[in-house]
Amino acid sequence: MHILSTIIEALPYILEGTLVTLLLVAGALSVGFCLGVPMAVTQVYAPKPFSRLVSFYVWFFRGVPVLLLLFLFYYGLFGLMGIDVGTVGASCLVLGMTSAAYQSQIFRGAILSLPTGQLKAGRALGFTDLQSIRTIILPQALRLSIPGWSNEYSILLKDSAMCFALGTPEIMARTHFVASRTYEHLPLYITAGLIYFLITLAGVTMLRRLEQKVRIPGYNTAGM
Amino acid sequence: MNARPNDTPILRAEHFTKYLSGRKILDDCSISIYPGDVKVLIGPSGAGKSTFLQCINCLLEPDEGEIWLGDRKVDVRNTRELCELRQHVGMIFQDFNLFDHLSAEDNVALAPRKVRGMNKQEALKRAHAELRRVGLEDKARLYPAELSGGQKQRVAIARALAMDPTVLLLDEPTSALDPELVGEVLTVIRDLASHGMPMIMVTHQMEFAQAVATEILFMEQGRVIEQGSPDELLAPGSQTRTQDFCVRLHDLCGGEAAAQE
Repeated sequence: MHILSTIIEALPYILEGTLVTLLLVAGALSVGFCLGVPMAVTQVYAPKPFSRLVSFYVWFFRGVPVLLLLFLFYYGLFGLMGIDVGTVGASCLVLGMTSAAYQSQIFRGAILSLPTGQLKAGRALGFTDLQSIRTIILPQALRLSIPGWSNEYSILLKDSAMCFALGTPEIMARTHFVASRTYEHLPLYITAGLIYFLITLAGVTMLRRLEQKVRIPGYNTAGM
Repeated sequence: MNARPNDTPILRAEHFTKYLSGRKILDDCSISIYPGDVKVLIGPSGAGKSTFLQCINCLLEPDEGEIWLGDRKVDVRNTRELCELRQHVGMIFQDFNLFDHLSAEDNVALAPRKVRGMNKQEALKRAHAELRRVGLEDKARLYPAELSGGQKQRVAIARALAMDPTVLLLDEPTSALDPELVGEVLTVIRDLASHGMPMIMVTHQMEFAQAVATEILFMEQGRVIEQGSPDELLAPGSQTRTQDFCVRLHDLCGGEAAAQE
C-alpha cells in the first residue's frame, strides 16, 4: 500500500511534467514541420547550392546524438547567439531542428515518389513552379508522409526524455526527482513508462485516423 | 487548307533544335498553326515527335528556336511570359497526369481558380460546363482513381479546355488506353476539331489522323521530312515515306486499329 500511496502522491507532479512533455513534442514537431517542408522542397527542386546547404544541415543534425545537440546549443551556441529561451524553449528548438532534418527526408521521399507528370501538368496549365508545388505536389506528398511522420512523432516523444539532462521539468525529470527522494524507483519508472506508452498510442492512433480521413478515394487500394 | 500566306498564325514554332544528353533529338523543326488547323505529327518512335510537342509549350526548353504567339515573340526565360504562353497552349498527355488528390471537377477548376483568379463557384460552374462537353458531368465528384482510362483522358481534355486555350497539343492521347476505350476519347477530339479548335497531335491512329488532319508532318531522326495534306501524303502509290510508314503500321496492327474506329 505504501507503494500505491507514493505513486498517487507523485502523480499530479508527474502529470504536470506530462504537459511539459506534450508541449515539447508539439512544439518540436511544429518547428520540424515548418522547417522540414521547405527543406524538402529545396532539396528536390532548388538549384544545387541551395540543396547542398540543406544536405549539409541534414547531415549535421542526423550525425550527432540528440543529447550532444542539447548540450551544444543550450550551454554553447544559444549563448553565443544571445538567445535565451529557457530550458523548455531550448529543448523545443533543439528537438525541432533535429526533427526538421528527419522530417525533411520523409517529405523528400514522398515528393520523389509522385509521378513527374504531376508537376508537368501544372506547368502546362500555366502554374508557376511554386504554385504547382503548393497546390499539386505538397497536398499529395503530405498525405503520403503521414505513416513516416507518425514514426517521427513516436521517436521524438521518447527523445524528449533526454531534455531531462538540461533540467527541463518533463516526465522523466520529475519522475527521477521523486524516485531519488522516495527510493521507489521501480513503481515510479513503471508509471512514467506507462504514461509514455499511452501518449505514443494516442498520437499514433490519431495519425492513423487522419491518414484514413484524408485518404484519396480509390487511390490507396490501386496504388499501394 | 484554310491558311492564307498573308495571315498571321496563332502560334509559330520556328527552327527548334533540342539536345538531350549530347544527342540531337530535334533538328531545325518548325510548325505554324492557323485557325482551324489540325496538324498531326507521325513517325517512328524516337523520331522526336513528343520532344517537339513539349518544346512548343516549353515543358522542355528548346536549345535553339523561337516561339511566336500571334505576332509577338515569347521570351520563355521570362516567367510571366512563359506562364502566359502555357495558358494559351493546352496540353493533353499520354498518361493523363490528372491531379490524383482532386475530384474530376476540382481537377478542371484548379487552374481557372489559381492561375486566372476565378472564385471557387465560378470555376466549378465552368468545370461542370467543360465536363458536360466531354460527357462526364455525372462523374464530376469522382476521383481519378475511380475513373476508367478513357474517362481520365476526357477529364484531362476538359481541364485543358477550361483555360480557353487557343491551341491544343495532344501527345499520343490514346496510347495508354485499353483498345475499347480509345473510341470515346477520339470522339471528343474529333468533336473539338469539327468546332475549329486548332491542334497539334502526335498519334499512331492513322485512320483518325487521315480523317481529321488538315496537315500531316512526318518526322524521322529529329527532322520533319515530309509535310502535306493527308490526301497528298497518303494517296496510294504516292511513294512518300509517310505512305510507306502507314502501310507498314497497317500491316502490323491495321486490323486492330480499324476495329477501334
